Parts: sequence; C-alpha cells; structure tokens
Amino acid sequence: MLSLLMLQHLLVIAVIYSILSISLNMAVGVTGLFNMGHAAFFGIGAYTAAILSLAGTPFWLDMLAAVCMCGLVAALIGLPTLRLVADYLAVATMGLGEIARAVFKNWTSLTGGTMGLRGIPQASLFGLTFISTARFLGLSVACLLVVYAVAEGLLHSPFGRVLKSIREDEIAAQSCGKDTYWFKMWALVISAGMAGVAGSLYVHYINFIDPTSFTMWITFFLLLIIMVGGLGNNLGAVLASVMFVAVREGLRFIGLPTSIGAPLQQLILGVLLLLVTILAPQGLIPERKIIARQTDHAKGQ
Amino acid sequence: MRNLVQLLVNSLAAGGNYALAAIGYALVYSILKYVNFSHGSVAMVGAYLILGLTSSWLKLNLIFAFVVSVLLSAFLGVIIERIAYRPLRQRRVSTLAPLVTAVAVSFILEAVVTIVWGVDIRGYGLPVVRGWRVGPARVTTVQAIIIASGVSLMLCLHFLLTRTRLGKAIRAVSDNRELAQTLGLDVDKIISSVFAIGSALAAVAGGLVGLDTFVYPTMGFMITIKAFAAVALGGLGNVYGAIVGGFIIGLLENVGVWYVLGGDARWKESIAYAVLFLVLLLRPAGIFGSRQGTRVL
Repeated sequence: MLSLLMLQHLLVIAVIYSILSISLNMAVGVTGLFNMGHAAFFGIGAYTAAILSLAGTPFWLDMLAAVCMCGLVAALIGLPTLRLVADYLAVATMGLGEIARAVFKNWTSLTGGTMGLRGIPQASLFGLTFISTARFLGLSVACLLVVYAVAEGLLHSPFGRVLKSIREDEIAAQSCGKDTYWFKMWALVISAGMAGVAGSLYVHYINFIDPTSFTMWITFFLLLIIMVGGLGNNLGAVLASVMFVAVREGLRFIGLPTSIGAPLQQLILGVLLLLVTILAPQGLIPERKIIARQTDHAKGQ
Repeated sequence: MRNLVQLLVNSLAAGGNYALAAIGYALVYSILKYVNFSHGSVAMVGAYLILGLTSSWLKLNLIFAFVVSVLLSAFLGVIIERIAYRPLRQRRVSTLAPLVTAVAVSFILEAVVTIVWGVDIRGYGLPVVRGWRVGPARVTTVQAIIIASGVSLMLCLHFLLTRTRLGKAIRAVSDNRELAQTLGLDVDKIISSVFAIGSALAAVAGGLVGLDTFVYPTMGFMITIKAFAAVALGGLGNVYGAIVGGFIIGLLENVGVWYVLGGDARWKESIAYAVLFLVLLLRPAGIFGSRQGTRVL
C-alpha cells in the first residue's frame, strides 16, 4: 500500500516542512514576532534558487544566494515593521506576503508568472547528483540537521535568551538595556534565511516552481505545526511537521474528490489550531519554565 | 475630464464599500484594542449567504436575502467572539493567541464556504439593470445602491453611537473598560453587541462586493486587508477615520491607478497593501489617531 518511494517522498516533504517550521519558530515561537507572511520568504528563496539554477549556478551557490536574498528582504521588511506592535506586524507581514505573491504572479519575465518555471536542474554536490528520492532525502536530512543545530545553538545562547525575553515582555527587555529592535531584526533575518534553505531544497526536489506553492495557507500550516509542537520547541516542531505531513497525506488517501478533500482538510486543521490555541496558548509542549535556580550559596546551606 | 468624473464615481462606490467594511473593524478595535482578523471572513460569509439564499431553492428576493444574511452574520460574529476570543480575554495570554485564533477562524470559515459552494468564482446571477447618467459619468445601479446604503448605514451608526444608550455604553467601554465595569455596565454583553454590529456591517459590505462583482472563497482576506488599510489610514479605533480611510483608498485605487500606473489593473490590488505599508511606515497613528492613544511602537 505504501511503497518505499512514497515513504521517502513523504519524508522529504516532512523534512522541508521541518526546516520551514524551525525557521518560523525562530520568529514567532522564540521572539514572538507574528510573521503572517512567512510563506513569502519560502517563495523568495525558492525563486532565487530556481532562477539562478536555471542560469547555470551550482546547487550550493544558489542555496547560499537564496539564504542571502531572503535575509536581505527580511532586513528591508523588518526596517519599518519591527517597530510595530503585534497586531500591526501581523497585518503588515500578511500584506507583504501577498505583495510578494503578486510579484511572483505578475513579474512574468523573471518568474514565469502563473506558469512558473520548469526544468530546474537537479542538485549536485561534490560530483554527486541527487536524482533519486532516497539520495535527496539524505541531502535534505543533512540540511535539516545543520538548520536544527544552528537554531538550537542560538536558542540556548545569550542571544536566544534575549529573544525569549522580547517575546515575554519587550519593555522589560528594553529596560534591561537590550536594543530589542536589533535583536528582532536578526531574529527575522535568520528566520528568513532558514526559509531560504527550505526554498532551494524544494525547487531542486520538485524541479518546478509556481506561485501557488507560496500562499498564506502554507504560513497557516506552519503556524499550526509550531503551535502543536510548542512555541520555541524545535524538536516539537520537527515531530509535529512529520505528524501533520502524514495526516495531510492520509486525508488525501481517503479518496475524497479534491473539491471536498482540500477544504475539508483546511477545516479540520483550522479547528485543530483553534482548539490548541484556546486550550494551550503556548503550544502543546511549552518550554520548561525556569522557576528558580539553585545558587551556590543556597547549595552551601 | 469626463474620465475623471467617472473615476470619482467609481471611487465613491468602491470607497463606500471599503468604508462599510472598515467600520466594523474600527468598532471592534476601539472596544477591544485588538485587530479582528476574521472580520473579512465574516463579510465573505455574508456575501455567500446572499448567494445561497437567492440562488438555491429558496429563491429569495434580493433585499430579503440581504436582511437575512445580515442577521445571520451578526449572529455568527457573536458566536465567533464567544468561542474564539472571550476564553482568551479572561486569561492573560500573550497578544499572539487571539491573533492565531482569528486566523484559524478565517480559515475555518473559508473552508466551510468552499465545501458548500465550491471553489469557483460565483456571481449572483441577477438580471442586469440599466444605470443612470449623472452629468458626464455613468452610474450603475449597483454603484448607486452601494453609495446610498453606505451613507445611510453610516448615518444610522452615528445615530446609534451618539443618541442611544447602547451607543453611549459602547463609547464608555471603548474609553475605559475597567471603569465602565465598575459603573455597572455589562461589558461582555456590550462587546457582543459590538461584534454583532460590526459583523452586520461586514455582511453588507461583503454582499455589496458580491453584487458589484462576484464572490469567491478567498475574498475574505482581500476585504480584511483593505479594511485594515482603511482603518490604519484613518486612525486605529476611530470609526469616522475609518470611513475617511475607506474613501481615500477607493480614490487611490481608481484615480491613482489610472493616472499613476497607466490603468494597469493588475496592480490595483496592491494599492491597499502599499497604503498600509506607507501608513505604518510614516504615520502609524493614521490621519486622525492621536499619537499617544495608539500603542503602535
């Protein structure tokens, strides 16, 4: 019923989503920046990689370019919007996400418009070409491990602690002398860069790109994943990604016609997100709160 | 010159529509200090309800359909508030949670509408009625309806807010919720009525959009963005500012696109986003907002 190839394909998708959810976690889960336009970063990374690759750029270079491009756009976006409070930021990023999608759709000479770009070359690294799904799975897992390591490393560093403090109470963080604007900017840039990694992986896997892959629905899906996995919990994000990709494919297998199946899936996931947020606003697996830490002084007694 | 007048007429109609949608938004914000993402989705539901009522076996008269849809949408708004926002209001959660639930509600509503009515663009399928000539311009019947109903609804709202007890209560709660509570006002009920009013207006706006053009499942987001742009432009929480903002956006979309972008309609949609961005960048308090009142930064 479930062939090995199918399984590998699902895992690749799950891994790409894992990278994306870790990237969204960086902005939303850790720093509390409600970026509703995250799919745009995914798209910008993907299109950058696709366009460069079609022009003959090697894989590692177009991934690097995708990351840089995303980071740059994030910085530009962040410049005006990061001064804003959550509500404004959410709508502003939502609007920007839609502008990005409009650009993907309308700048036909560059992006192929609604028809998209096809025939994107396969990824190849050190002379090894990643044609088969199994090999690509290996490549993507490697990327995931790198992204995960970076994310966790940042999370547990002083930098990460400041980000978390911004999430909890930005004014308090400011009163401790932290330049929150600078930290938020970096959080957004890193988040976007990681999405760029996912973007370039995606185009080298599917070898095709079009604007429909970068709708708000993707951002929503990612939001659900990190809520279920626990805001700021990267391992939870990975597990939830696997789970939800499996659920999504499972729903597809039930055999309903797409006209019912797709919105039904949206309905179920929407209800799920609603329930999770109302019942567990910090995500299902919240971070361990450090209530008190034993000091040497206390231990001595 | 002739073009300009026609464009102005179009702007009035479009602006009136956005203003209607924006009012509900501004009302809820003034009360809750919170941006209601699902507002546009309620407008979409209103539009689809009219579609369903006029085209299904019920075959209701259009005006009747509007009324029923408005009532049902008001009810929907109240339910949404009950389920998705009130539980969070009573607990002290981060500002993230209500935003997430609002987004979830939008997607749920969009999914339900798609399941029932399909994903295609639908029109109300009503017979085309001739419009009128006003000077050098032509005004379609629908545009006249939009302008007329928009103006009358706004006047009604003004009357409600300034001359009735409920209106006074709403203004009190929006000014200082805790104080209003200590004075004995039932804040929960007032919030529910604000949602009902806002959703009713949203349904009218949605229905008018459907009447003027067509309905499609993702129109909710479009309306949300435009309403928010109007509200941000006018000054968040200021109902009258939202009206002005709506008309300005209508103006920019029609006159602006014609003169600046050479009439390339593809970028028309982006105007609202651009306005929003510029407002947030240059003057986040909007035209009429007070600089201290709005906690933007």
